[in-house]
Amino acid sequence: MALDKPYLDVPGTTIFDADMARKGFHLNQYCMSLMKAENRERFKSGERAYLDEWPMTEAQKEAVLIRDYNLMMKLGGNIYFLAKIFSCDGISFQVAASTMTGLTVDEYKEMMVTGGRSPEGNLYKSDMTEEGNNG
Amino acid sequence: MARLSASAFTSHIPAIGAAIDNGKTAEDYWKPVFSGYEFAKKWVAEQKPDVVILVYNDHASAFDSNLIPTFALGIGEEFQPADEGWGPRPVPNVEGHPQLASHLAQSVIQDEFDLTVFNTLNVDHGLTVPLSLMFGQPDAWPCKVIPLAVNVVLYPPPSGKRCYALGKALRRAVDSFDEDLNVQIWGTGGMSHQLQGPRAGLINKKFDMDFLDRLVKDPESLSQVPHIDYVRYAGSEGIELVMWLIARGAMDEEVEEKHRFYHVPASNTAVGHLILENNPA
Repeated sequence: MALDKPYLDVPGTTIFDADMARKGFHLNQYCMSLMKAENRERFKSGERAYLDEWPMTEAQKEAVLIRDYNLMMKLGGNIYFLAKIFSCDGISFQVAASTMTGLTVDEYKEMMVTGGRSPEGNLYKSDMTEEGNNG
Repeated sequence: MARLSASAFTSHIPAIGAAIDNGKTAEDYWKPVFSGYEFAKKWVAEQKPDVVILVYNDHASAFDSNLIPTFALGIGEEFQPADEGWGPRPVPNVEGHPQLASHLAQSVIQDEFDLTVFNTLNVDHGLTVPLSLMFGQPDAWPCKVIPLAVNVVLYPPPSGKRCYALGKALRRAVDSFDEDLNVQIWGTGGMSHQLQGPRAGLINKKFDMDFLDRLVKDPESLSQVPHIDYVRYAGSEGIELVMWLIARGAMDEEVEEKHRFYHVPASNTAVGHLILENNPA
């Protein structure tokens, strides 16, 4: 029997479940390696070569190289692991989050200061477009 | 005998730790957040807990994809702040309470909660930010801390029901510990927030208010809320709130609400904070 996934109709959200964790295992473990300063240095001085040391898929490597966090999550990455990449880039959680929403950093900050993204129109996939409901 | 006297609940947002560590607490953005914890600082200084059981989650700092315990209790002497990518937070090491912690572990395992125990583990912002919010910036934390790490990274985390029941088992364990100790339990994480995907930035004040009300007055029914409701209504990371049910489960059924605070935003997250006391009979 397939795993029960009642969250699949939640819009704009990837749940890091057992299937995703299996898919993203090497991607996430690569992220963990960036917790060490010497690995961060090696990664920064040659990203492609560093990624090639990991048994990740080509799609995962490309997603990392272009810093497409939505794509990385689709390929099994988990946000707390992926955070090691944007920390390595010197980018805050808030700035990284904004890149996933289609908003500019300033627009995203403004949305948060004014109470955050409203649940209205954002609870079911049928309510929200793929790009997110930023209105 | 040990006595479980009170509980505190708070978000554990990393940006709050960074604001404290970098001296930004008086800035306009942060001031309203920290003013909400002034009461807690005075209160905890008066209460003088000997030990805090601190329920938190690791954020892929100590546990990676190789090892994911659902519940893990720290029975070691000391825990160091984790390096989360910028070097460890400049906060004191956390002193454990191995005797009480081992007693808790033995008791709850015999009470059918098959948790993991650990001796050495670096604790991340999930544990140290609540300590900073409650105690400020002392040279040493003024009490012992027993870390209780809960998996909320890999879906599914434990259910609210299971968390609430674990809290009750922890309470039975505290009550049966011989040493005369003032014990508190803190629940951390939440409130509504989503850090990922096109829906990042979700905040649900209505959900959070309802959660706070029911946590105080009707935790039994709150513990029945399924995971999907947290994910859908409180955001993918709002599911951390199940950890608050562990702390609430360890309290009396009837509690006195001493303090409540709610603020949006801190970074991507709604900040929630509660202090509850058991009334001695």
